[in-house]
Amino acid sequence: MSNLPGLYNYWIAVCLMMAGFYIVISHGNLVKKLVGLALFQTSVFIFYISLGKVADGDAPIVTPGVTLYSNPLPHVLILTAIVVGVATTAVGLALVVRIYEAYGSVEEDEIQVLDGADDDANEGTTSLEETPEADRQ
Amino acid sequence: MVLIAIAAIRLRDLFAVVILFGVYSLMTAVLFMDLDAVDVAFTEAAVGAGVTTVLMLSTLHLTGRWERRPRHSPMLSLLVVTVTGAALIYGTLDAPRLGDPEAPVHQHVAPRYLEQGPTEVGMPNLVTAVLASYRGYDTFGETVVIFTAGVAVLLLLGIREGPQTKAGRSAIGDQIVLRVVVKALLPLILLYGLYVQFHGDFGAGGGFQAGVIFATGFVLYDLVFGEGDARLVVPPRWLHRLAALGVLLYGGVGLWSLFDGKAFLDYSALAHDPVHGQHLGVLLVELGVGITVFSIVLAIFFALSGRGRRA
Repeated sequence: MSNLPGLYNYWIAVCLMMAGFYIVISHGNLVKKLVGLALFQTSVFIFYISLGKVADGDAPIVTPGVTLYSNPLPHVLILTAIVVGVATTAVGLALVVRIYEAYGSVEEDEIQVLDGADDDANEGTTSLEETPEADRQ
Repeated sequence: MVLIAIAAIRLRDLFAVVILFGVYSLMTAVLFMDLDAVDVAFTEAAVGAGVTTVLMLSTLHLTGRWERRPRHSPMLSLLVVTVTGAALIYGTLDAPRLGDPEAPVHQHVAPRYLEQGPTEVGMPNLVTAVLASYRGYDTFGETVVIFTAGVAVLLLLGIREGPQTKAGRSAIGDQIVLRVVVKALLPLILLYGLYVQFHGDFGAGGGFQAGVIFATGFVLYDLVFGEGDARLVVPPRWLHRLAALGVLLYGGVGLWSLFDGKAFLDYSALAHDPVHGQHLGVLLVELGVGITVFSIVLAIFFALSGRGRRA
């Protein structure tokens, strides 16, 4: 318990992760949701990078006279994850743009209302098509 | 950083949220620097503060700037978040302390990379050595993921020719100060991109960062001098081919070693001397990564920015 303050790196990551999580579940705007997701993502990056840190270590680039390096493995994983992250975020943004073009809104609840209206309209048309069948019988 | 995150929750002006997120990314990059992860800091600064912000702003331009006031009460989500957060913090109580050299992460393969890396791969930057050589398969997978994501964006949006893509028209109007500054900076940015690309073996850097920096240079040019001019320099139809070329170059290096009777991506097949082969292999593979990342980032930007507002 004495060295409990050494855990603060995890706590920062948890706080940021929860902030991102909160945006994702409580906000209806799809762009804001993507920002929240990106926030969530960076918190995971911070978690990984802080795992790789060695006290008094140096950046993992071999230099004469330095013997202690931080762990390069998390750095590699996160480096590629950041670039993959921006690519996947871009896919999300592209989807948002298409949703906006189809619905005229990026608010989740409005889209659901529009979807419900669409379904009702479809039911209406199918029932109209079915009625002549029923008449003939 | 936590403060910025909370501000981002509260604000309903999405423009401010996106800019705050850019600031947040820059701070994350500084934090990574402090944690000895220079390569990662580099990537975060270029990607988070540069590319992501521009892409999100392009989307906002298409979808509108203001968020609506949420209709339902936030109490339920707040409860879920608090409970999850408390559980996670309880979980960290047994975790190794920050900077503990005895932590399990440092026990498995990392010591081998640190001890054997400099002699086996023969380059000082161990991050590049692990990325392109020891973990070459992973990186190939990541490159393919980026390629796939780029293809997905192009399938969803496509790169359009619109009135805003005519030569000589820029999105922010004719700003003489910006034009002069960008003209002075652009060669330096591109030169720096190339330096980062080919110096990744020795210092911080590599294909991922170089690709992003190079693309940022073109995005900057595009913003200040107009979309049409940027498209004259790099025609969009080249970008698909360039992206595929990058992946092919990476895969081709792997196949070359396969045909030589070695394992996939075993760089010792490339030269008689294994260390020399490693150098050549890492160089080619990083070049493939750089080309793919550059063309995909630029293609995504063109796809988002070339899309006109719906009438």
